[in-house]
Parts: sequence; structure tokens; C-alpha cells
Amino acid sequence: MSRAICPQWTVCRSVVRAAALFAVLGLAMGGCAATKRPAEASATAATGTVTVFAASSLTEVFTQLGRDAEAVNPGLTVRFSFAGSSTLAQQINAGAPADVFASASPATMKQVTDAGGRAGSATVFARNHLVIAVPRGNPKRLAGLADLARPGVKVALCAEQVPCGAAAKTALTAAGVALTPVTLESDVRAALTKLRLGEVDAALVYRTDASAASGEVDAIEFAESAKAVNDYLVVALARAANPAGARVFVAYVRSDAARAVLARAGFQSP
Amino acid sequence: MSTRRTPGSGAPPALLVPAGVGLLFLVLPLAGLLVRTPWATLPQRLGAPGVLPALRLSLFTATAATVVCMALGVPLAWLLARARFPGRRLVRALVTLPLVLPPVVGGVALLLVFGRRGLVGSWLDATFGVSLPFSTAGVVAAEAFVAMPFLILAVEGALRGADPRYEEAAATLGAGGWTVFRRVTLPMIRPGLTAGAVLCWARALGEFGATITFAGNFPGRTQTMPLAVYLAFESDPQAAIVLSLLLLTVSVLILTVLRGRWVGQP
Repeated sequence: MSRAICPQWTVCRSVVRAAALFAVLGLAMGGCAATKRPAEASATAATGTVTVFAASSLTEVFTQLGRDAEAVNPGLTVRFSFAGSSTLAQQINAGAPADVFASASPATMKQVTDAGGRAGSATVFARNHLVIAVPRGNPKRLAGLADLARPGVKVALCAEQVPCGAAAKTALTAAGVALTPVTLESDVRAALTKLRLGEVDAALVYRTDASAASGEVDAIEFAESAKAVNDYLVVALARAANPAGARVFVAYVRSDAARAVLARAGFQSP
Repeated sequence: MSTRRTPGSGAPPALLVPAGVGLLFLVLPLAGLLVRTPWATLPQRLGAPGVLPALRLSLFTATAATVVCMALGVPLAWLLARARFPGRRLVRALVTLPLVLPPVVGGVALLLVFGRRGLVGSWLDATFGVSLPFSTAGVVAAEAFVAMPFLILAVEGALRGADPRYEEAAATLGAGGWTVFRRVTLPMIRPGLTAGAVLCWARALGEFGATITFAGNFPGRTQTMPLAVYLAFESDPQAAIVLSLLLLTVSVLILTVLRGRWVGQP
């Protein structure tokens, strides 16, 4: 119980000490007790709720996989928290109540596994690569990365701190294209939104994001994207409140049925 | 201060206890920030490229947004407090809307109006070649949108509290409307105006959601401190903590100095 409440006891202790400086009440412990989850029966069968923290680019496809997994495993409920992989990694390392983590890059997965957060080994379950997303019909007639550097072409990239931005930088470097974007967005969906609203002429996003918005945007493939392929990894977490559910969901993500759903969404098999 | 009752004497425990809890609740997270600050690498992290430009941009845009809010918000507050017109209640409700609107929604709304394809934005772009999104002016617009209600509420409150008979007296002595406003009304509401401006500035300084949605994120142009903090948190939490600490320190310093100089009394 106390471990779940204060995952990093040293921090709690220092906070408490600092609180003592401000000298009131024995309430200081409350500062750490914000995230407490109801104790779930330590089920051996895959029932109960399994909480999955997944990268935002997995939003549609994982929502689908969650429904499928629930259908196959009666009694299992899958809940999701979608956000940027790095944010999720920080949250998990800070003790957020997650059973499964699906990240969009090995680097963000490493942040969690290095902190001792994994129960099994992290496995690659899908790959994704960047495309140039343009408004439907490609009004600026963009054909490749070099065209993005043309004057008058407004481009949105992801910030380097998030996986899609790191991949964009690798691809642009490989292509030898020096590009000044108008904005460096905090995640891939934000970059896509700027394009859908017509504020930029192009955005470097994952192929799957472009296909999720296929009614409004066209995707242009480019050769250099092969240099910056993104691996998606999934892992069952050590602190899982529902370890059996976590194992079942991870296994389902790697099943043939899931592979077909992922392929339909534009992901490639590892 | 010395002539007043010392704080705490005779204060009922029914107030003191929740007050203490409230103080703890507000201060503990800041203490947590201090505890986790990497003091050893602090100077080198503060010197990292991008830190100073973000701070400079934040201070500049927050100040510019406050100026915009004063220029537009004070007349609006005067209208709400002094003029009688149908639909005044509705206007007041509309004016305070940005307070309850999630800033991200505010940012999207700004894009829909001032964006390249927006109602006003497409005209601005076609006529003047001006485009607000992804520009520093866009940051100022986003901050002003979110912060203006704070100024309007404070100034309107001050105007309601001020006795209109002074203004009437000045008018009967032959002063014109503008002179009355400038020489009588403004001096009367100065404490309220200052408090409103300070609140407005502080809110603009911390603005995140509307800014990143409307103005995007580009170092030196639209990346303010809150945006830099958010992105640093994605890859380097310690850098984010250092940036937050810097922003906190600078704003506390500025607010304390302003308080002492302009408001006079706490």
C-alpha cells in the first residue's frame, strides 16, 4: 500500500521535511497520496480492468484493439490513457497506475525499462514511418523533402524532444535538406491539426496519422523516411495492479488478429 | 502595519486551520520543485541555449499583452460599470468567458478567426499580408485573449466602488468627458487598475494552452517559458524544473517590486 502511494520514498521524505519547515499539521503525507487506485483482486484469470498507457499515434488503432481484446476475454475491461510517449514514460516513472505501456520509440521505452518498470521484455509490435502530409489535392505541388524548403511553404514539424520530431530530424539530415519550419509541435497530432486547419502547407507526420485523416490530407511518401523508421514497443509493467490482464493484453497486441488491425491502419509488421 | 493587529491574535481556529491547510496545499508543490532542483548543474543549465531567448520572449509578450489588455479592457470595463445599455449582463458574461474556456479551446477559436483561412485572418492575409499564427504577435494575441478578463473584472469592480459624484462634480465644473475620465476616474481607480494589470500580466506570463495552439512553438519567435518547460519535460525533466524555477523567481521578483512601488501597501 505505502509503496503504491509513495513510489519514490526519498522524494516523499524530502517533501515532508520541507513541509515541516512550513510547520502545520501532520497532514503533509497527504501531498503524496493523490493517486491511489482501488485495490483490485489479484486475479489469476484475465479479468478486471487493465490500464494501458499508449502513444497518441496509437489512439484509433488501440481503441479498436481494446474492444477486440474485451470481446475475446469476457470480464476484461481495457482502459486507455493516450499522450506523447515521453509524457507517459515520465508519468509511469513517477508512479502512475499503469499496467501496460506502448511507446512510439525505443528511447522512451528505455526510460521506463531503465527505471526497472518492466515485468517482461519490451517487444516491437509495429513499425511506422514518416510521410509528407499535405492538404487534399496537394495545392502546392510538393513532391519530396526538398520542396518543403521552398520559400513560401509553411511546414509544421514535431519538436525534437518527441519521437516524430527526432525521426523528422534524421530524415531531413539524411536528405541534406535545411528547413525552417514555422512551428515545432509538441506531438504528431498537433502538427496534423495545424495542417487540417489550413495553417500550414505541409507537415511531417507518421503514415498512420495521415491515413487516419485521409479525407482531408494526402500522404506523400519519400525515400529518406526509410532512414527514420519508428519502432513501436509494448511491455507489461512491473508495478501493474492487474498483472494477468497486462500479460493478456500484451499477448493480444502481438496476435495475428491485432496484426491485421494494425496493418489496416497503415502500420507495418516488425 | 505596526498600528494594526498582529496577524493571528484572536483569529478563530475555525479560520486558522483551513487557512493553514490552504497555505500548505499551495506551497508544498513549490517546495517539491525546490527539493528536486539539480542545484549542482544549475548555472550550466541556465546558460543552455534557448533559455534566455524564451525568458526574454515571455517577459516581452506578457508585457505587450498587458498593454493591449489595458488599452482595450479599461474602456470596456468603464462601459460595463458606467453605461446603461440593453444586454449589458450578456456582454459581461461574454467578457468573462475566456476565464472558464479551456485555453486550448481559446487557441483553436483564435485559429478559426485569425488563422490563414479564418474569418478575419484570411482578410488580414490578403489585404496586408499579415499572418498572426506562428508569430510573436500571435503569442501576444493568445495571451491577451486569456488574460483580459482578469483586468476587466478588477477595473470594473474598482469603478463600481468609486463614487460617481466626483465625476459628476467635475462635469458640472465644465470638464469634458475625456478630461473627467483622465483626471478624476483614472486616479480614483488606480489601485484596482494596478491590481488588475498585475494579475493580467501574471496570467499572460503563465499562458500555455492558447499560445501553443494558436502561435505554435518555435524558439526565439513563439516559444515562451511555459512552452519551453513543457517540451523540456518531454525529454529532460530536470531541465524543465530549472526553467520553472527561473520563471517563478523572475515573476516573484517583478511582482514584489511592482507591489512595493505602485500599490504602496499590501
